[in-house]
Amino acid sequence: MNGSTDPWTLLVIVGLAGVTVLTRCFFFILDRPWGLPDWAHRALHYAPAAALAAVIAPEIVMSNGHLIHTWLDARLYGAAAGVLWYFWRGGVLGTMLVGMAVYLPLHLGAGW
Amino acid sequence: MFLSATIRHHPAFREGSRAIAGAALGIGAWGLMTGVAMLKSGMSVVEAVAMTLLVYAGSSQLAAIPLLIAGTPAWVVLAAGFCVNLRFVVFSLHLRPYLMHMPRWRRLLHGYLTADMSYATFTRRYPTPGLLPSQQDEQEAYLVGGYATTWCAWMGMSLLGIALANFIPTQWGLGFAGVLSLVAVTCSMASTPLRLLAVLIACVTAVAAFALPFKLNIVAAIGAAVLVCFTLERQFGVDADAEDDR
Repeated sequence: MNGSTDPWTLLVIVGLAGVTVLTRCFFFILDRPWGLPDWAHRALHYAPAAALAAVIAPEIVMSNGHLIHTWLDARLYGAAAGVLWYFWRGGVLGTMLVGMAVYLPLHLGAGW
Repeated sequence: MFLSATIRHHPAFREGSRAIAGAALGIGAWGLMTGVAMLKSGMSVVEAVAMTLLVYAGSSQLAAIPLLIAGTPAWVVLAAGFCVNLRFVVFSLHLRPYLMHMPRWRRLLHGYLTADMSYATFTRRYPTPGLLPSQQDEQEAYLVGGYATTWCAWMGMSLLGIALANFIPTQWGLGFAGVLSLVAVTCSMASTPLRLLAVLIACVTAVAAFALPFKLNIVAAIGAAVLVCFTLERQFGVDADAEDDR
């Protein structure tokens, strides 16, 4: 635990910070003017929801790179409870708390 | 950026900050478990703190840890980080018209600090870029308010995770709180039938294409969802402005 600090690793970490800037700013780093066609901007309206969904779906229904083949997984019920709460009452915090309230007992108590 | 008083005192700053606040606990839980994961994998405290403060991208941090520990060549680690972050390239295309009126250093700072949740909340609040300077200032303040809250929650809890790594077992699954926050934000964005379809297509594609390396399944999912939903929107002549208001 707590290995020694390696200067080379630190350099790679700085490089990774550069990668964060490069990717998050990719299309607005240069000053050169060019406009995004209206239809493209329109199409991108679907990107945020799709991106978030794509990030979370595997976290809920997959483990070790495979689709889970059991209903005895606490994540399924935690996420379902969260979604139900959201459409009943709304609110991000409430969704998270209700989801965890279902998830933790099943996960820690029942070992799902 | 959130040190600039003009931005901090704009009412939109507080609005943006409040919009993220509900999710801050979930973001924090995710940061906490990322901090724990970095130390448990054998990184030193200095390395983990440097990574937290500089890289500021949870998924690319988690992807880089095993590579760094295994002594993988630097260019491979950086290339892997780039691929894992490819969804941000799509975000930058979307954010471009909102930011191009600013000087470059300011665009870069905003871009660097805008992660998934801030981007999604911001583009939902402002479907079209402002044209008047007053609208542009308002949008900038909202964006900064959102990402400042995200940044504080993420940094504070990541550093706490690094400090308490020995006392927080990863098996507890506290990181699931971060997933649940994103579930709520995703639900809030599925406000029209087509956007709900986009969410469902993205879920299925991301799972089906999971075998792709470097999380490219996420990029594939965005591509598939945007393509199908935009085609359908055109096909059925959905009124774009009416969609934006929902």
